[in-house]
Amino acid sequence: MGKLVVVGISDQQIVSSPDTLVTYALGSCVGICLYDNLRRIAGLAHILLPEAFGEAGGNNIYKFADTAIEELIRSMGKKGCVSLHLTAKIAGGANMFATTGKSIGDRNVETVKKELQRLRVRLVAEDTGANYGRTALFNPEDGSLTVKTAGKGNKVL
Amino acid sequence: MENYNNLNEIQISVLSEIGNIGAGNAATALSHILSDRVMMSVPDLQIIDVNRMTTILGGPENEVAGILVNMTGDVEGMMLFLLEEEFICLLINALMYKNIKSFADILEIEMSAIMEMGNILAGSYISAISMMTNLDIRLSPPQVALDMVGAILSYPAALFGSMGDELLFIEEDFLSGENKIKSHLLIMPEPKSLEIILKSLGVS
Repeated sequence: MGKLVVVGISDQQIVSSPDTLVTYALGSCVGICLYDNLRRIAGLAHILLPEAFGEAGGNNIYKFADTAIEELIRSMGKKGCVSLHLTAKIAGGANMFATTGKSIGDRNVETVKKELQRLRVRLVAEDTGANYGRTALFNPEDGSLTVKTAGKGNKVL
Repeated sequence: MENYNNLNEIQISVLSEIGNIGAGNAATALSHILSDRVMMSVPDLQIIDVNRMTTILGGPENEVAGILVNMTGDVEGMMLFLLEEEFICLLINALMYKNIKSFADILEIEMSAIMEMGNILAGSYISAISMMTNLDIRLSPPQVALDMVGAILSYPAALFGSMGDELLFIEEDFLSGENKIKSHLLIMPEPKSLEIILKSLGVS
């Protein structure tokens, strides 16, 4: 059995099999799992917001979709992963409370997808939107993403 | 006032006093619902980040009820109550003469009861603020989410992410008979509105 590595909010981690990754209780946040199936290496980023907006939000590049994904690819590159071989699975982006206009969850998902496209990483699976929280577990052994919820069932992507 | 971290000690103690009066009003309202005496502790006002708040509330996957109320008028922002499953069941059972034991038993009618509790609790705190500041603050109808606390907290975290990671948090114990129930409240005035509140209290 490998270690279970926890990814916090505005955080990212990289593991290789047999270790696994988890990020708890994604609401409007999005968990982005990047996977190199040749090397059995996986990276998971937990972003809070779509894009950085000046200094006020702090300088944490892991906090924003438009900086975090690129950084995760760069870090995985240092471990020998080639971005062209990476695939992505994403979860989260819920709308926990009804809002008028476009919700932060929707904007997060939209920006994550745009970023993946820009960085040429293929999105292979997603469980996003709706109005409930999700815990995401990623296993680099088989590349599976398990999504757990409170009372809305679990699924494996 | 760019973020809550810039508050000084006097400002924090004045805000704690609002919390105190609000909690007093809330305890009175709760004692009507429970038909029992409700005692309260001195509220603990903290400025903490979401990760720590999640830990205080039993870890990110702990299921709680989040009741969100928006403030408009002289003060813009929101209040978010985070109430434990036990607390919710106790209140519903007292209010509706039921015997529910978990969130799984909650249907539409119980949901509206939770919203009503949100109305009562939010009103308790807002009338405290209005009384002390003479500001006119209106509340939106409450919205309820029964979910993992981490997921619920992502909502204020994202909305206020532009002003840093810290939020104003009031923890309060209510005691009724043998029951000790914890209420957690996040008050998130917009930075401008916080300034208006502090100014009205003479501590800007």
